[in-house]
Amino acid sequence: MMIDTTFRTPIRNAHKNKIKTSQGISGSVVLPPLLSIRNLHTEFRTGRGVVRAVGGISYTVEAGETVAIVGESGSGKSVSAMSILRLIPDPPGRIANGEIMFDGRDLLILPEEAMRKLRGGEIGMIFQEPMTSLNPVLTIGRQITETLEQHRGATPAAAHQRARDLLGMVGIADPDRRLKQYPHQLSGGMRQRIMIAIALTCDPKLIIADEPTTALDVTIQAQILELMKDLTQRLNIALVIITHNLGVVARYANRVNVMYAGRIVESGSAAAIYHDPRHPYTIALLRSVPRLDRPRQDRLDPVEGQPPDLTRLDAGCAFRPRCRFAVAACAESSPALTAIGESGHAAACFRAADIARAA
Amino acid sequence: MYRYVIKRVLLMVPTLIGAAALVFLLMRLIPGDICVVRLGSGGGSFDPRAVAACHAELGMDRPMWLQFVDFVWGFFRLDFGTSMWSGKPVTTEILARLPISLEIALLATVVAISIAIPLGTISALKQNTWLDVVVRVFAIGGIATPSFWIGIMSILLVLNLSNAITGTPWMPPIDYVPIWKDPIRNLSMAFLPAITVGYRYAAVSMRMTRSTMLEVMREDYIRTARAKGLLDKLIINRHALKNALLPVVTLIGIEFAFLIGGLVVTEQVFNLNGVGRLFVQAVQNQDYTLTQALVMLTVTVFVVTNFCVDLLYAWLDPRIRFA
Repeated sequence: MMIDTTFRTPIRNAHKNKIKTSQGISGSVVLPPLLSIRNLHTEFRTGRGVVRAVGGISYTVEAGETVAIVGESGSGKSVSAMSILRLIPDPPGRIANGEIMFDGRDLLILPEEAMRKLRGGEIGMIFQEPMTSLNPVLTIGRQITETLEQHRGATPAAAHQRARDLLGMVGIADPDRRLKQYPHQLSGGMRQRIMIAIALTCDPKLIIADEPTTALDVTIQAQILELMKDLTQRLNIALVIITHNLGVVARYANRVNVMYAGRIVESGSAAAIYHDPRHPYTIALLRSVPRLDRPRQDRLDPVEGQPPDLTRLDAGCAFRPRCRFAVAACAESSPALTAIGESGHAAACFRAADIARAA
Repeated sequence: MYRYVIKRVLLMVPTLIGAAALVFLLMRLIPGDICVVRLGSGGGSFDPRAVAACHAELGMDRPMWLQFVDFVWGFFRLDFGTSMWSGKPVTTEILARLPISLEIALLATVVAISIAIPLGTISALKQNTWLDVVVRVFAIGGIATPSFWIGIMSILLVLNLSNAITGTPWMPPIDYVPIWKDPIRNLSMAFLPAITVGYRYAAVSMRMTRSTMLEVMREDYIRTARAKGLLDKLIINRHALKNALLPVVTLIGIEFAFLIGGLVVTEQVFNLNGVGRLFVQAVQNQDYTLTQALVMLTVTVFVVTNFCVDLLYAWLDPRIRFA
């Protein structure tokens, strides 16, 4: 173990953990980011106590950018995404605090009716399990056209035409036949393409994809990710992709936020996260997956231990019990997300600077 | 589809023959027979020769298998012979009672559906609110309260209310008039029993609607529908109800079949001359021909209703394919 004297990173106040990632080109006006989340807290009241699923996260998404949220199950990544659309079932869920600015509006104070128009209209959502996320008793066509009819007041004929075009965009042949079919008549990959088509229906500015490939075969995963990358780039749609797959992150994301126990522990460009990880959790995650750019190991290093109980978080760093770099200060307060060297790269670890040399 | 329908219709035949065999044997297992009932009503001893003559007259001295074949063959020709008790043709006896029973069954179903589906849905959507509690108490009441009591209370209520309002007490008519001859008279006779029966029926279906609706509202596709920004009305009517109603349809089908011939007590309370009452009389008199015909009627209604429910399923759920 290293001694405390080497420890130099400034400790900041937990509530000051706002990072300015929005960067304007010099001389031009700095546009506010498309989506900016500040100090978001989402909690669930359960019989065992209050589960602090999201404990004060902040991040931004620029127009047309792809941001990945990475973390293991229960790290709060899905809950934080569902919070953006205010789709957290209440009760038991509740957005306790924070601010979500989307395109100039604060989504947490927007009236329900305006929020409803935003869902599926300006923000599309893609879910993990395309089998259960599509309604089994409605045709594919109905499930695509209803969004248009709802948000745009499209006539059935116009909506149908748009649905045909969308199927073409997501690479489904023979649209007329497919639109009349039901979800169970399609393969898993095709169903996820349908989900993408539904998300694209109203030309959204942002798509949130919650583990979009987890339920699919590996070969299909790549196709779906390529499709999403291609479409979001072509149509200039921002994408928030939630995943536990670091391979997805490296290849498709501009920026990455690593989440642990309801907080963002590291944030930066995909390259920075991959090649210069500063948080012990990020390092552990990277070591737990096989990589082609490193010498072959006999065994993968799993992240030892269990994720913490979110009803019993103390003042200290939540990763401390599983951390091989932990020091005494880690038990006293939770480190804030602090910028490190390169622009936009930040880690919530007291020892981020030491780790750079150690790792 | 056509193949499926034909297959299902053909499969009804063994079911019906099986039911025929059961009722045929069970009736003959009951000690005594109609001749004993007829001759021994005084309670004293009776002449065995008279019993033998009675058996011969009713064809009960023939071999069992011949009687059975006769009965089954008669069923497929819709000819059940004459009632052993009244001597009138069985079909005449039943057809005199069937319209009122059928009408009450249909009306009760309408009452049940129009109460159960909206209330069950609201109850599920407002789970654990006072509204939900009220609906659930209403439902438990319907299941826990005997129909005859509700029947008597509803008659008294109408009687007292009409007396208080108009000054003269009003009672529903007790003689049956077909609805096409005098709809007002017909309905004023049928509405109280229909509500009485429909209440219990609604209570059962409402609880089913509530629980399936609760389940469906937690499904992923409902979350998708919300994420699409659909109006709540559309989410419930288009996305949730169609899925939630599948088990309710089955329940309604089974209940409906039961109502034809199962309303013994209600018919008694409202003094209706329906199939239920005829059933009890036939069994008491050990009237083989009439009982057998009534059982076959009930079984046929069950089988046909189930068949209709299966067809309805296919319409509600495209995953069900007929092969």
